[in-house]
Amino acid sequence: MTHLTLGQQLLDSCAALLLLLSFAMLSQRRVVTLVNLYAMQGAVLTAATLLLAWRTGEGHLYLSAALTLGLKVALLPWLLHRLIRRLGVYWDTEPLLNVSGTMLVGLVIVVFSFALAQPITLLASTATRSAVGIAVSVVLLAFLMMITRRKAMSQVVGFLSMENGVFFGAMSASYGMPMVVELGVALDVLVGVLVLGVFFFQIRERFESLDLHHLEALKEHE
Amino acid sequence: MELLLLLAFPIAGAALLGLFGAHRRAPELNAALSLATLLAACALAARVIRHGNLLLGAEQFYIDPFNVFLVALTAFVGLTTALFSRPYMRVELEHGRVTVGRLRLYHAMYQLFMFTMLLALTTNNMGLMWVAMEGATLSTVLLVTLYRTPESLEAGWKYFILCGVGIAQALFGTILLYVAAGKVLGAQGMTALLWTHLDAVKTQLEPTVLALAFVFLLIGYGTKVGLVPLHSWLPDAHAEGPTPISAVLSGLLLNVALYAVVRSKVLVEGALHSRLPSMMLMGFGLLSVVLASLLLWRQRDIKRLFAYSSIEHMGIATFAFGMGGAVANFAALLHMTVHSLTKSSIFFTAGHAAQKAGTQMMERIRGLITLSPTVGWGLMLGSLAILGVPPFGVFASEFLILTAAMHAQPWATPILLGALAVAFAGIFSKVQPMVFGETNGRRLPHPPALLPVFAHLAIVLMLGLYIPPYLAEWYRAAAHLIGGP
Repeated sequence: MTHLTLGQQLLDSCAALLLLLSFAMLSQRRVVTLVNLYAMQGAVLTAATLLLAWRTGEGHLYLSAALTLGLKVALLPWLLHRLIRRLGVYWDTEPLLNVSGTMLVGLVIVVFSFALAQPITLLASTATRSAVGIAVSVVLLAFLMMITRRKAMSQVVGFLSMENGVFFGAMSASYGMPMVVELGVALDVLVGVLVLGVFFFQIRERFESLDLHHLEALKEHE
Repeated sequence: MELLLLLAFPIAGAALLGLFGAHRRAPELNAALSLATLLAACALAARVIRHGNLLLGAEQFYIDPFNVFLVALTAFVGLTTALFSRPYMRVELEHGRVTVGRLRLYHAMYQLFMFTMLLALTTNNMGLMWVAMEGATLSTVLLVTLYRTPESLEAGWKYFILCGVGIAQALFGTILLYVAAGKVLGAQGMTALLWTHLDAVKTQLEPTVLALAFVFLLIGYGTKVGLVPLHSWLPDAHAEGPTPISAVLSGLLLNVALYAVVRSKVLVEGALHSRLPSMMLMGFGLLSVVLASLLLWRQRDIKRLFAYSSIEHMGIATFAFGMGGAVANFAALLHMTVHSLTKSSIFFTAGHAAQKAGTQMMERIRGLITLSPTVGWGLMLGSLAILGVPPFGVFASEFLILTAAMHAQPWATPILLGALAVAFAGIFSKVQPMVFGETNGRRLPHPPALLPVFAHLAIVLMLGLYIPPYLAEWYRAAAHLIGGP
């Protein structure tokens, strides 16, 4: 890569931070910390959006940054913390694949993502190669986290982190989506978390635990 | 105007039923709102017939023959399901499976679900379509878990997570589409996600990115279509939720998701100049048909049985869209219509049958014909119709698809025929003893609403014998739009 402007370097740093946070999530078993890591991802995302807004002078990006800040740094983590306190789930059990194994798989995923991102990068209007590649990695790492975790709460944080990755991809490849779509996506995410809150209480009421072990009765009836 | 009403009725209905959904007359209100939606849909369809394609609301909405017939179908099945659900949910209330408070949730979410589907169908914005599809998942999660049984909670969780992950992939695909379009249409434009604009420039879009976008979109929306191997949420959600919800999930949501896939395919195929999207659709479709028809045999729950049959039929339609061309597209659209009508009518009768027997387990449902001839005949006729017995409409569409396959993809014909035969034997051998044989049922406190069942079957029968010219015209126009070789 040749010369990068300061803005690009800063954007790359944001991307690197996001990836780091994704790996931190992958190894973290304490649910409260997981939510905090998610909030930090949101903060980095806000910073990246502001950076882009400042560089391009796009008005709607400031709005989008404010939306990210309000939703992903403040509201959603607050809701999740409240849920954790009221449900009393603080720890996830041992993941299905141990931490070092998960990390190794994660590394392979990152390499794969960069290969996948190559054609997009050629087309992207803003990004350096790393930004798009990292967006794809964040999505797939979150996916990996959802597969390997047992507790419903960790799966949800994984799901939200996946949405962060998609959002960052949109941001770095094309200055975000049109505002109406971004608002709609934000609404869906918010409603999704609220629905999940209701849902968790239903699961708890029924099983007195949020371990997804209980949700394995519906195998094919043989 | 018609469009505004079409979207306003269900969203206002959701708010209204959120307030008064626990009222004794709420089921009637639900049906009345669905009727109003249907009338708006008919008016919209009439306008499209008169004036051709419509581009409304600052180009955010686009109505053409492809979606207007799905809008009409969605509103129609929405109404008949509301009529069916009126006595059905009352019986569930008296059997103590739901409470009055949950009925309020049920009615409000029912209308919200209709709204999201109609929005997904009518919008011209691929991003809004995604938002609406996700909204459709969210509004039905709590409906699947309405009974709060452990199984229904599991089904709801699976539904939420699988469709949620799937739909996140679709969002990524949508973004890739936006990136590619931004290059051509100007990156800051609001227009770069509008389907009509994308369609106009589709030959200039960067092929590699679009191919990647299609993979993500197909996995995302394909999860909601229930394509194998992404189908595992579907039988659970259908079996554990209340029957009216199974009917609309199977009859409507799957169609809407397939619609989203086909819209994406039109764009991508235009850009790619290759058969990759077609091959992928055919592959997924064929795999779904074959696996679903085999898995049918292992089912013991009546609603799971027909859920697998839905996977099979969606596979057939997907395969036909993959083949492309005038005949196959026409047949696929017809197949979507008749499958939706037949399958929802089957769920109606299966729901009543399960209520009468007090279980969904097929070995304990017996002798429907003696206890309630109409339910028995409804189930029998519906099953025959879905199995493709002439003269029902499913026969016509499957026949057309097989003919087209013989022509374009001869290798696939024996596979399709074999799977259809396996499914026929599987379903028929399970339905026959349920309808005939010794009875063990009980009387229900509310007489079942069977008018929707026979109305649906009558339309399916009619479509098998005679397709009205304007409908054929829609199908032809839509088939032309979807294109293919």
